[in-house]
Parts: sequence; C-alpha cells; structure tokens
Amino acid sequence: MDNANQVDPAKSAELFILHDQVHEPMHDRFLWATMQRRDAEAAAIPEWEELREIASKIKEHTLTHLDHYLEAFEANATKRGAHVHWALDAAEHNEIVFSILKDHGVEEMIKSKSMLQEECQMTPFLQSRGIKVIESDLGERIQQLDGQPPSHIVFPAIHKTRKDVAELFARSVGTDPNNDDPHFLTEVMRNNARPRFLAAGAGMTGGNFAVAETGTFMVCTNEGNADIGASVPPLHIASIGIEKLVPRVEDLGVFLRLLSRSAEGTPLTQYSSHFTGPRKGGELHIVLVDNGRSRRLGMPDFWHSLKCIRCGACMNTCPVYRRSGGLAYGATYSGPIGVILDPTFDEFKYSELPFHSTLCGSCTDVCPVKIDISDQIFKWRRVMAKKGYLPLAKRLSFAVSGHVLGHPEEYHAMEKVAEPAIDYAPHFLLYNRSLNPWGRDRELPQIVKQTFREWYLANRS
Amino acid sequence: MTTQSEATNHKTISKDMRIGLFIPCYIDMMFPEVGIATLQLLERLGLNVSYPLNQTCCGQPMSNSGDEVNSAPAEHLFVENFKEYDFIIGPAGSCVKQVRCHFDTIDQTDEVKHIRQHTYELVEFLHDILQVDSFPWAEFQHSVAIHNSCSSIRGLGIAKPSEIMGVPFDKTANLLSKVKGLVLVPVDRPDDCCGFGGTFCVTDEAVSARMGLEKAHDHLRHGAEYVVSPDMSCLMHQQGIARRVGLNLKYIHVAQVLNDGPF
Repeated sequence: MDNANQVDPAKSAELFILHDQVHEPMHDRFLWATMQRRDAEAAAIPEWEELREIASKIKEHTLTHLDHYLEAFEANATKRGAHVHWALDAAEHNEIVFSILKDHGVEEMIKSKSMLQEECQMTPFLQSRGIKVIESDLGERIQQLDGQPPSHIVFPAIHKTRKDVAELFARSVGTDPNNDDPHFLTEVMRNNARPRFLAAGAGMTGGNFAVAETGTFMVCTNEGNADIGASVPPLHIASIGIEKLVPRVEDLGVFLRLLSRSAEGTPLTQYSSHFTGPRKGGELHIVLVDNGRSRRLGMPDFWHSLKCIRCGACMNTCPVYRRSGGLAYGATYSGPIGVILDPTFDEFKYSELPFHSTLCGSCTDVCPVKIDISDQIFKWRRVMAKKGYLPLAKRLSFAVSGHVLGHPEEYHAMEKVAEPAIDYAPHFLLYNRSLNPWGRDRELPQIVKQTFREWYLANRS
Repeated sequence: MTTQSEATNHKTISKDMRIGLFIPCYIDMMFPEVGIATLQLLERLGLNVSYPLNQTCCGQPMSNSGDEVNSAPAEHLFVENFKEYDFIIGPAGSCVKQVRCHFDTIDQTDEVKHIRQHTYELVEFLHDILQVDSFPWAEFQHSVAIHNSCSSIRGLGIAKPSEIMGVPFDKTANLLSKVKGLVLVPVDRPDDCCGFGGTFCVTDEAVSARMGLEKAHDHLRHGAEYVVSPDMSCLMHQQGIARRVGLNLKYIHVAQVLNDGPF
C-alpha cells in the first residue's frame, strides 16, 4: 500500500516527545490547567448538564431543518444589506473571496482567526494570486510567520514556548531574541499589526454562530482583532460553515454560556460581537460554505460531529493530544474532533488518526454540545478496518488470533506448547513481536508458573 | 450502545443462581492470582460460581481496532461458554465493556442479549447487585491510590467522570473504604487515562509510555504504596513503566485487597 500521503500521528507525536524535555511537558501542563479552569467554571453553573443537553438539542434540530434555516438566514441577512454567497466546496469559496477582493481592487487583506478558511487553504490561494494576507490573531500570526498551520483550534501556537516566539520574532520582526517577556512580545506584534489594519483594503472574519431569524452572525474573540478588521477597512467578508446556524437570537444565550467556559475556562470571550448587515458606508459579504458538510449530514454514524462549536475542550482534555501536539495530526483539525472530522475529507490520508486515541471517552464527556466523539472514533476504526487500512502487522496477527481465539482447543494447545508463557503472550496480546515496542519503556510482566485455568483444574474440579 | 443503565443495576440475586466466572486471557496467563482472588471472594459471599473451561478471549483487541470480522469468532465462543449462566462476572472493566457495549456487530439473538445485560465487572457487581457492606476477613495496612480505568468510569459508570458535573461517587473507593487499615490517598489526575489503551500501548508507544510515567509519578508524589485497580491491564502497563525506571510502587487488583490475597 502506498503510504506516501498517509499521516502518521504516532511517529510525529514521538518526535514531539523526544524533541526535548521542555515542549511536551509545557504543552500538557498548560492544557491541563485550562481543563482545571473549565471544570471550576462548569461546576459554578448548577444547570451545566442541562445547558449541554439544550445546546445539543438546538443543534440537532437546526441540522435536521438546515435547508429552512439557511434560506431564512440568507433572506434576513440580504434584507439587512449583506451580500450572501453560496460555496459548494473550498475551491468555490476561495474563488468567491478572490473575485470580491479583485472587484474592489484589494491588494492587502487582514483577517482574524477562521478554521474554515484554514480548511479551505484560502491564504496560500490568495497569496498565489498576488494578494497579501495578514493574520491578526496573535497565535495565528505567530504560526503564519513560522510557516506552520495552527496546532490547536483555539490556541494556534500553544505548542510553542515563549523562547520559541522570541526567536521567531527576532528572525521575522528584528526584536531581541533574548527578550521572551510575554508583554513585550505581545506589544511588538500589536505595533506590527496596527499599520496593517490601516493598509488593508478588506477585513475577513469567520463566524461562531449565524442566527437565522435576524441574518446576524457572531464573532467571539479575546483580542478584539476581528472587530478592528471588520470596522476599519471598508469591506468585510465573513466565511461561515453551514453548520453554524442557530434558529433564534435567544439560542445564543445557551451557546455563549458554554463556549468560553469550555474553551478556556473563562465565563465569556472578551469580545462577543454581533454583525447584522454592513456598517454605515461599508460593505458586507457572507460566504456560506458546504465543503463536505451536507455529505457528512447524510452519514448516520457521523453527522453529530456537525454540532461542533469549535471550543477545543476535547483537545484540552485529551491525554493523547496533550502529549502529541496538534501538528502531529497533519490535518486542519487536530485532537479528538479532528480524528472524527478529518477522515470525512480524505479517508485514506487520515486513516491512522482514529487509532491515535486510547478511547478513554473524556472528549465525549467534556463536549458542550454532547457529540459522541469517542464512539465516533471507535466507529471510524471499523470503517478503516473494512477498507483494509489497518496497519499490515495488525491485520495479519488479527487474522491468526481471531481464528485461534474462537477455537479453545487450539488456544489451550498453544498455551501448553509455548514455554515460558511470556514467549507467546506478547505475540497475540501485543501483536508486534518483531518490533516489540512494549519493552522500549516498560518491563515485561513477570512469568507465572501456573495459569489460572491450570490452578482451577487442580483446585476446583 | 448498551450502557450501565440498561444493564440494569436493580436486579436481585439468590444463592442458587449460577455465576459464570469470566477470567480474561491476560489474567489467566499473567495474573492468575487475580482470578483466584475473584473466585474465592465470590465463594466467600456464598455464591455458586463456576469457571467455563473453554474460555479464550472476549475479542477486545480486534474489536477495539475496528476489526469486527476477526473479533466475531471470539465473541461467538464467549456467548457459547456463558449462555447458561444467570450472571457473568469478570474482574476487568475493559473486557466487560467489550461484552456489554461492543458485542453489537454479531447477530443480536436472545442469548447475546442475555449475555450483554448480565455480564458485570466485579466492583459494580459487589457494589450494585450484592450491595456488600463489609469485608471482615480483609485487612490492608497500606496507603492506596485507586486507578479506575477509563472503561470502568466512562463505559460502565463505576465512578463519576471529572468532566461531568454533579455529585461525585466512586464505587471502588466505597468498597475499599470498608477494608480495615487501608488508607486512600487522593491524586492530582484521578481519571486521566494512563495510556494503556489495548493495542494503543504498542502502536503509539511513545505517547503511551509518557502517559504511564506521569501516572506513576502522580501516585508516588501522593505517598501511595499500592496502586489498586479493577483493571489489571492498565496496571500491567503502569507496572512495566514503574519497574523500568525503578519507582517503588506496587500494583494489585481490587479483588486481591477485598479477598485479603493471594498477593
């Protein structure tokens, strides 16, 4: 099988761990602390579990009436003066954005954080057509300067240390590489970004929620960068996935209580801005993007993943993600939510992702909209096994052990023949004797003289 | 998926009911003392227990990897072995979860349904069905950190997951608190996965080992002498790591403590 395009998260995670003694422990500690804050914030709301249930129901309702709400949103946004565009896929989204920018003679654009624009690979597309694109979210800007995609959907540069950022800014902006004071570094980038807001012919944002009854969309940030980008340049373009719809303004009262608490362990994002139509003298374009979402909506086992509000709580709680770093997933979306979203874009390329999980289930329990993430990871494994994407070693040994384990006479014969027990136990318990990864960091269990079955035969029958 | 609420915890039990002892393959081969402790404990509680001799494995390694074709023979054999029993008790959370939740791709005959609804992990059986309130024969003069496995917590509902809001409970802790001399020590990350994860521990070795090492340090930091779990598979992994780096921790199954051995 050609492995050229298949991402190998286990190998990449190993490199992240072995890189040094600093990055992985820092990454784990920061995200764990975020989870601790999230737990405390959630515990302070007596109706937390009820809120999750209501949020889940609202999303399920909306997704099962999506055509209706999308049309209502389009009608209401248009009534308020916005231009609404429909993009079937990433290519169409990028073309629409490019043509709007071209029509307005825009040569430089400033954008806030948008996972959808990442998903569409919009920035390289626009840059290849001569448009300068600047990220204004600090974490995204750091990643852009370093030529890396975001490693986390809320904290794009969370895998980097202060020292990494100081060295990066020294290279790209010309600051002192030894000054890694966070306030200094933030101020550097703030001053660096200000002229870019003024020079930009357009500002782009994403959208956290789109309200059908008013044609409003919300953008939630902590830096206020989206608000400047949407307010200073004359042209505002927002990319919004079709799953972002909610029926009513009052539904936001449910989702806003869940979003930032789940994401960062804070009661609310610093800026929770509503955009309804263009501002006076400005122009507003909304691009509604499908890019595989309606296909996912038709997948009985996986459509619930469309409820996602991109809070990242599943990543923060995931013990595997915390040790791997988001770049190990080799995809737009990393962590547990990435494991269940990415294969819908390319099953073969992302066929190893569902195995980069212990199926501990914490992601399902933390999800503010009750997506059955862990069960979906398990179901994706079944899909990968059916397609023959299981690693070869696993496939061969499962075929042998699958037969032996169904035939007790062969199983017990094998138990008798092989001595000592440890010689054969790892073979079908661990499936990879030739490489024996068990022993790299662990001692093998001690050898026993008598199995339980032998003891039972000697003592009870 | 069948959950702990569907495998009803309101069943009643009488002494003449037949209890099938489910000893997972790795316990049979590597931790026979856990099987012995489980059997002796159930017998002490006056139950009619027998061990079907044709047991192999519940199919979990294949099933968890998504390979339902190769897990089916083991699942069918399991049903054949245990269909006559009123309750099937296994000292292993993840294996019981496999039976209860993941025997869902084979034909759902009455026998399969019966088995999925009547297979219990040892702690939940003692706690919810038997409602055992004392272990007078047991004494354990040691400090103990509990490791409830993820399958036991989030699959079987043996303790409240930290992510879910509500009143905390821990059935393992409840049972262990009835053992004379035993001191439970709290840890920083009680329900953060230890990284065993079945085949994950070899296919994702680096991440798995890192998770296990941090788990061991968490236990050690809080002064635990013993780590006690309803899932020996997690402990096999944690023990292997602790031994390699020379950490002074001992790992035993909850059945060994509740039965006062064998150790």
